Amino acid sequence: MKVAITSTGQSLESTIDQRFGRCAFFVIYDTETGGVEILPNPNRDAEEGAGPASVQLVASKEVKKIVSGEFGVKIKSLLDSLKIQMVVYKEPEKTVKSVIYMLNNK
Amino acid sequence: MSPRPTRLRRVSNPPGISGFRPYGGTAKGGQPQSVFLHLEEYEVIRLCDHENLNHHEAARVMDVSRPTLTRIYAKARAKIADALVTGKQIIIEGGKIYFDSEWYKCNGCSCLFNQPEKSVVPDICPLCGSSEIVNFVPVDESIPVTRRAPSDICVCPSCGYEKDHEPSQRCKDEVCPVCGSQLMRKNNLLAKDI
Repeated sequence: MKVAITSTGQSLESTIDQRFGRCAFFVIYDTETGGVEILPNPNRDAEEGAGPASVQLVASKEVKKIVSGEFGVKIKSLLDSLKIQMVVYKEPEKTVKSVIYMLNNK
Repeated sequence: MSPRPTRLRRVSNPPGISGFRPYGGTAKGGQPQSVFLHLEEYEVIRLCDHENLNHHEAARVMDVSRPTLTRIYAKARAKIADALVTGKQIIIEGGKIYFDSEWYKCNGCSCLFNQPEKSVVPDICPLCGSSEIVNFVPVDESIPVTRRAPSDICVCPSCGYEKDHEPSQRCKDEVCPVCGSQLMRKNNLLAKDI
């Protein structure tokens, strides 16, 4: 299963981005293979509609779960209809690596 | 004057299929005519006839008033009956709705998460795997407690216990968790005192 984690930087040492639609990078982690893919977010500086555009980007990668600090109003119903799970994790200090570690050790 | 905008209906379980098509019949060739069943009408049939909720309960689930729910229900039945009798295909789409799902809170890592598969109740946290999960009820922070009108509060006349009034739920049907007496609306209690 693929999990998307919003990240502030390009490495696994970066912290979790507290926004979903305008996060800097998406880290897409595959729980079965352990593979990691880092995507820059093209909607970072979008005037509006960053959320739905980011959902499309993430959904095209067949992600089933998203970990982020916060999700916008437009996104929630959209992700619900796509059956993608949202995990709101409000810990700005935690790194992407620690989230991956948590996902592996449950 | 323009009419009030339609209140969005909450749909918690969208259908897995997008419609039904008749077979056999006397219509020769061509596509059968279609009936467009809205998602809110599907949901009302699901709640009232499949989960056997009454209209009061179903209205609370869909976040509309009881009369509105009954109107949606009547419309849904009329459409389905039309499709069955005249052999039309049913297409489930559209409607003034929003999707919603249950939210949970994990006490292990203090994260919040939702469950897109409504029928499954989660037993472990999707992040840390802890089993300390509680239902998360979002608090509407836009209305400060002190500014709520007395008609929005249920109060216990004997011990003064207060709770927020829930729409379409009669206060008279609830008992005070502290002393066990019947609750009533705060504005009615205030009116009595005067």
